[in-house]
Formats: sequence, C-alpha cells, structure tokens
Amino acid sequence: MNHSFRPHRRAALAVVIASALAFAACGSDTPSSDPAPTSVGTSLGTSDAPSGTITVYSGRSENLVKPLLDQFSEATGITVEFRPADSGVLAAQLITEGDASPADVFFSQDAGALGAVEAEGLFAPLPESTLSVVPAAYRSSNGMWVGTSGRARVFVVNPTLAPDPPSTIDELLDPQWKGKIGFAPTNASWQSFVTGLRVIRGDDGARTWLEAFAAQEPVAYEKNGVVRDAVNSGEVAIGLVNHYYLFELIAAEGADAVVATNQYVDAGDPGGLVNVAGVGVLASSDNPTAAQALVDYLLSVDGQTYFAQQTYEFPLRSGVATAEGVPALDTLSPPLIDLGDLDSLEATQELLSEVGLLTL
Amino acid sequence: MTDVADRAAPLGDQGLVDGFQPNAWSRARHRATRLPPLFILVPALAAAVVAVAPIWYLIDRALSRGAAEVWDEVWQQRTRDLVLRSLALSLTVTIACLVVGAVAAWLVVRSDLPGRGVLRVVLALPLAIPSYLAAFAWVSWRPSIAGFWGAALVLTSMSYPFVYLPCVAALRHLDPAHEEVARSLGRTRTQVALGLTLRQVRPALSAGGLLVMLYVLSDFGAVAAMRYEAFTWVIYGAYRAGFNPSRAAILASTLVVVALVLVVLEAMARGRASARIGAGNARAGRPVALGRAAPLAWLFIATVLGAAIVFPVGRVVYWVATFESPSAGFGDVLGALSSTLALAVAAAVATVLLAMPVGVLAARHRGRTAQAVEGATYVTHALPGIVIAISLVFIGVRILRPIYLETPLLVLGYVVLFLPLAVGAVRASIEQSPVRLEEVARSLGSSPRAVVWRVTVPLAAPGIAAAAGLVLLSTMKELPVTLILRPTETQTLATRLWQYTSISDYASAGPYALALVIFAAIPTAALTIITVRRNSPVGVAP
Repeated sequence: MNHSFRPHRRAALAVVIASALAFAACGSDTPSSDPAPTSVGTSLGTSDAPSGTITVYSGRSENLVKPLLDQFSEATGITVEFRPADSGVLAAQLITEGDASPADVFFSQDAGALGAVEAEGLFAPLPESTLSVVPAAYRSSNGMWVGTSGRARVFVVNPTLAPDPPSTIDELLDPQWKGKIGFAPTNASWQSFVTGLRVIRGDDGARTWLEAFAAQEPVAYEKNGVVRDAVNSGEVAIGLVNHYYLFELIAAEGADAVVATNQYVDAGDPGGLVNVAGVGVLASSDNPTAAQALVDYLLSVDGQTYFAQQTYEFPLRSGVATAEGVPALDTLSPPLIDLGDLDSLEATQELLSEVGLLTL
Repeated sequence: MTDVADRAAPLGDQGLVDGFQPNAWSRARHRATRLPPLFILVPALAAAVVAVAPIWYLIDRALSRGAAEVWDEVWQQRTRDLVLRSLALSLTVTIACLVVGAVAAWLVVRSDLPGRGVLRVVLALPLAIPSYLAAFAWVSWRPSIAGFWGAALVLTSMSYPFVYLPCVAALRHLDPAHEEVARSLGRTRTQVALGLTLRQVRPALSAGGLLVMLYVLSDFGAVAAMRYEAFTWVIYGAYRAGFNPSRAAILASTLVVVALVLVVLEAMARGRASARIGAGNARAGRPVALGRAAPLAWLFIATVLGAAIVFPVGRVVYWVATFESPSAGFGDVLGALSSTLALAVAAAVATVLLAMPVGVLAARHRGRTAQAVEGATYVTHALPGIVIAISLVFIGVRILRPIYLETPLLVLGYVVLFLPLAVGAVRASIEQSPVRLEEVARSLGSSPRAVVWRVTVPLAAPGIAAAAGLVLLSTMKELPVTLILRPTETQTLATRLWQYTSISDYASAGPYALALVIFAAIPTAALTIITVRRNSPVGVAP
C-alpha cells in the first residue's frame, strides 16, 4: 500500500483528489448514471410529441407515486428520474440549485413547500388549460403550481367511547374529553391545521385554543396511523387525523374489523382544513413539454382516479369519483383560506413548543 | 526546507514524547517557525480545504441576508436556549460515554473478567446501529421514554464506542512497569487506576470525548424520535417547515462556532501526548483480580450490551418476524446492499487517503500549522448531515456541475462528514509508532518522503485500517447526504429503510434494517480486532 498511492511532488493535491474521485467512480458498481437529461432533452426537444427524460423531485413517497409514474412512462415514452425526499428539504435543494437545477418537476406533499419555491421565482407559469382543471382554492393564485389531490382534517372517533362526538374544535375542549384525545404532534398535517388556525383566529386566538387543548391532556402518538389504531382499539375516544387513515385501515382489515368512524367537522370550522399535494414545473427545465405532459397526466381522469382509489384522497378534477365511503370534496365546507398562507409552519412549531404540545 | 531542518524534526519529536522538555511555550514557538515538508503539507492542506468547504456555503448564504439580520437571527433568546439545550445533552452524553467507555475498556483489558477477549469486540458493536433506528426501537416500544433522558440513553449507547475504542488501544499500549513501580512505592490499586492509568489514557479519553460531543451536537435522528428539542431541530425546521435555507445556514454557523470552541478546549485538555517512542514491546500487564466485584462488573457489561445491542436488534428481529408479507424482494435487498458496500468502500479509501497526510502532520510535525489543519477537519463535524448535504448541493451546482448528483460528489460528501473520524485514528496510530525507526531510516540515507511511505505508513497500518473501518460503517448508516446527493438509480440500505419507515411499512423496512446492522457489524468487528491488537505490529524494538 505504500507505493501504490504514492503522490508525486507538488501535484500531490491534485493527485490525491483526482485519485480519490477516480477510485470512487470505478469503486462503485451502481449502474453508470446517464447525465443525459440535458442532451436528450435538447436533441429531441424540436419534435412535437414530448419525449426524452425528466427529473422529478418528489416529496410524495416512492411506493405511492412510482406505479403512476410508470404508467405515465409507458403511455408517453418519457423516462422519469424519480428523486424522493422530504418536501421541505427538496424545496431547499431547489432554492440552492437555482437556475442550475437538474429538476424538471417538483411534486410536493403540501402547499407550503410549493409556495416557497414559487416565492424564489423558480417555477414556470402553467397554461390556463392545466390550471382550469382544478378549483381556484387548490392552486397557486399566480398560476405557478396546481394541487393534485386533497386531504381533509377530521376527528376519527370510537362510537362506543364517543357516541355523541364533537363537531367543532371548540367542542373538543369540553371536560368530558380530558385525556381521551389522541394526536400526532410531529405530523405535518396537524401542524398545517394549527397554521390554518393561526391564519383564521390570529396568533393570540390560536394560542388560547392550544393552551386549552394542552390542558385537556391529549395523548401524543408517533404518527397519524398510530392515533387511528388507538381510537379503533379504544385506547382513546377521539383522534385528530386526516380523513384517509380510516379508509386505509378498512382496506387492510376489512370493514367489519373497524369500529372507528370519521366525524367531519361543521362547515367553516378550522378543524376541517383541506390541504393539497401539488406539482409545479421548474422554469429551468430543459424539457418543459415533457414536464408539462406529466402535470397533465397527474390531473387526467386516470391520474385523479389513481389518487382517489389508492390513497382515498379527494380528486381535484371535477367528475372524478372518490373512493367508496369517502364523501365528495364539494359536500364539505372547509374554512376559506388561501393555501399559500400556510407557509409559516416554522412559527407554528415555535408556538406549539411554547405551549408544550410539540417537544419535551 | 533544508536537510538539516528535516533531520532535526524527528530528534525534536523524540524530546517531546520523552517529556523532558523544560518549557512548553518556547518549544511551541520554535516549532511554529519550522514548516513540515511540502509533500505532507500540501495534501494535508487540501484535506483541510475539503473539510471546511461547507463553510463557504454557510458564509455565502448567511451574508446574502446582510450582517445585521444574521446578528438578529443568532442573538435571540430562543437561539441561546437551544444552544444550551444541545450543550446540556451533549455534555451529559459525553460524560456518560467517558465513564462507560473507560470502565468497559479497563474491564476487558486490565481485569480478569472471564470472556474479556470476546467482549472486547462485542462492546464496540453498537457503532453498527444507526441512532435513528435505536431511538425508534425505544419510542415504538414505550412512547413515554421520549425526552431528554431517552435521547441521552440512545446517544450514549450508540456513541460510547468512540471513547471505548481509543481507550482499549491506549490501555493495551501502556507499559505495566509504570503501574508496578507505583504499586511498589505504596500506592493502592485504586490510586494507581485513578492517578496513573487514567492520566496515561487521557489523550484517548479526550479525543474520544470530542468526537462524542460533536456527534451529539450534529445528531438529528435520535433527538427527533425522542422529541427533545435540540439545536438541530431548528436547523431541520428551517428547511422542512420554514422553507428557509438562509436561516438554516445562519443557525448552522452557530454550531460551527460552538464546535470551534470545543476543538480548542479539547486541544488544551488533551495535554501533551504521552506516546511511547519504541523503548521495547510493552508486556501484557498482570490482570487485576476483580474478586467480589466480578458480579458488579458483569451487571455493568450486561446493562450496557442490553441497552445498546440486544434491545434495538431484538426490536428489528421482532419487526421482521411479526409483520407479514414484506414487499421487499430478496433481490432488492441485495441490490441495496451491494451499492451500499460499493459506496462505503469508495468513501473509506478516499477519506483515508486524505486523512493520512493530516495524521502524519499532526503526529510528527506538531505546531500551529498542524493544529490548524487538524482542527479544520473537525469543525464541520458538528454540522447536521442535512447542512452538509445542502452545502454540497451549493458547491456541486457551482463548481462541480459534471459530477452533480453523481457518485463522486456523494463520496466527497462522505469525506467531508467522516474525515475527522479517520484523522483521529490515523494520528493516534502514528503517534504510537516508534519515531526511532524513522530516524534509523533517515540515518541510512532514505529521503523524508521514502521514510513516510516505507516506515511511517506501514507502521501505522493498523490505525489506517481502523480508520477505513470507521468510515466504512459510518457511510453505511448515513442517510441525509445519501438521499440528497445519490445518483437517481442508487438505492442504499439506509435510503430503503427511510423509504419504508416514512410510510410506516415496518414489514418491508425490517429486512433492510437487519441487513444494515449485520453488515455494518462486520467492519466494526474488524476495526475493533485491529485496534485491540494494535500493540503487536507497532511495538517493534529498535
């Protein structure tokens, strides 16, 4: 080992770095990655039908989205490079990359991360034909991104323990529910609800509600799914979760095994916030037609049906049915707020810490 | 750089390690004026530049908001509170690791504990378990364990080997004659252990303690699962909830400053290295009989191993056994395993190549330059992985565009993350190899360069191999940098584990977790065996 890595004279710096990198390159047996999005995109960019390769940064999980993207690739011949991570981290990556980003499409779990990328001016405006598919409440007011599916906050309740469940967040503060409410303090949707509460009632109003809620001694769980299971098993009476967790359990265990039900809150109550997952095309994309084709595919009847049936979320394209048991989105009356206002999640976390509902 | 100066260097070092220099300050000044040879200095400087590269990003981002805003962001009550919370956790864990690491090392090296040969290796194995996995194993069993003490428990059980390993090496290396002399002069066994032995392993304790401290400051996996609001929480929050990379960069800079202070404090605490200079092979000391304390020793070992290995691994096995129909095929696990191993080997080779010149510089050419270079490799070690990842995104798109989101940049990320681990191991082994052999080679006409490659490096080979093992296993466990910088097709065990645990699919996550722990245990065991046997190849009598 003493001779093989021997550096020569003052080129030692270059030698060490170059050999490290060269070794790294040949030391890995991962399939040699084709840096071709650029070249493929430009060489084929002149033809009319979109083709080539696009890179998708996705805050939505691979297990959920990959089958749909495979269908898209099969239907269009467009290859998708799929890069999953946390939506917020991907937003930071996009902001840091700026114009040099290899990404063509950003598929985010929530509206906040899309708003942050929009604020940096990194999205290209979407055409009216794409935007008009989705109700105005569920897309960027500047036309930079669109929602692809919706999720509502609900109370999942155990009918035995809560035969007469609350239907507003203020009814949750009734003494009879003390110690009987489950929630997932680190869950992003819970924090989005609190952000919505801050938007609707102001920071002081939100703090007042949160302090009263904390005094109810709610039970903290690791994740929404665990909250739902605790309600179903009778560990707690009420859980603050998204609407689709119940349907996941019914699909897995069969309707007979599930006693829990969803309680949709009263019209306009902050507890019924509807948030969306959404998508935007990067202005720096070198294959914008293929990127646009993916966005349109996600909003197509096929794409919307996939989300409705696979995730029990609300399709946002009118005319596409929800999964069995899931109410149609237009039968709910969620609070009217601009989803773009949900970008102050960090202040929400600070508030939750202060009232003792987030960290220990 | 004259021949005379070159020749003077080893002689000077001999005086230093012998400990007969009357005035430390005059020596330090004398040394600072004499530069090490360029063939060591230049690559060592290159390593330092690579290590501090993330700071370029931090400064650029922070300044993009203006100095006044940086000050506002940092100088808040909340920022100060969080730094204090992180330091409290870091200090608690470090103290616990020093106690556990030192006691465990003493028991398996100097006592007559039965089975100590096997225990020596087993006690290092918690290094193979990722902190996020261990933390999750605990909270998914008893959610009420979350909080400060839960985080301290997990972080201690995962990181005490950083103290234990150098301590074992140092204890094996001690000349028992010192203790025998002290005993013959009337000191009790306890006095010898606390007064003499402890003092002799102080450099090992101090270096290991620094690694633990920086590691705890940078950890997010354990504190996130334990919901203990440490400083890394706000940094992650700035990315994931605030969507504000500039704010994250400003906050991360605070951690760099804290790390800098710790590095300087450690250099002062380490004191003068008391490495032997090759005056013969240290005999194995006579083991100390535990007598009636033996059950207590066993209880201690059982508690440590139970919390650090048996419990988390048991939980993973339980997931694999309990949950049905894993969607992960055998081929997927194998694919993730092979790319994990390939990346880990590449990272280990690249990191060790850069760590060697720094190690030689720090061990053989002490002075301000060496201290600055070695310190530079440590300061970014307190940065959470996500900051390193985003800083490499920044550097990648600006100056390394051709390898952006390719394997070489990912490997560079691992180098930045794990260089301090490798530098520590390489430096320690060079310090412990006899200077006199290098002097003999010089006196026989070898050039300084030939001496390094034909004497210093081969003698330090065990330490270099241990460094490689440490980088290997750390790379296998790494998640945030891998997730952000990997080539799109590359899936590692850690990214798969993340993919399935993030959707609560423990059935599918189980096999990846198990493969990760098992295969990370192999380099851990290998590096431990190398470390505990280090004595033999090093102590050649001149």
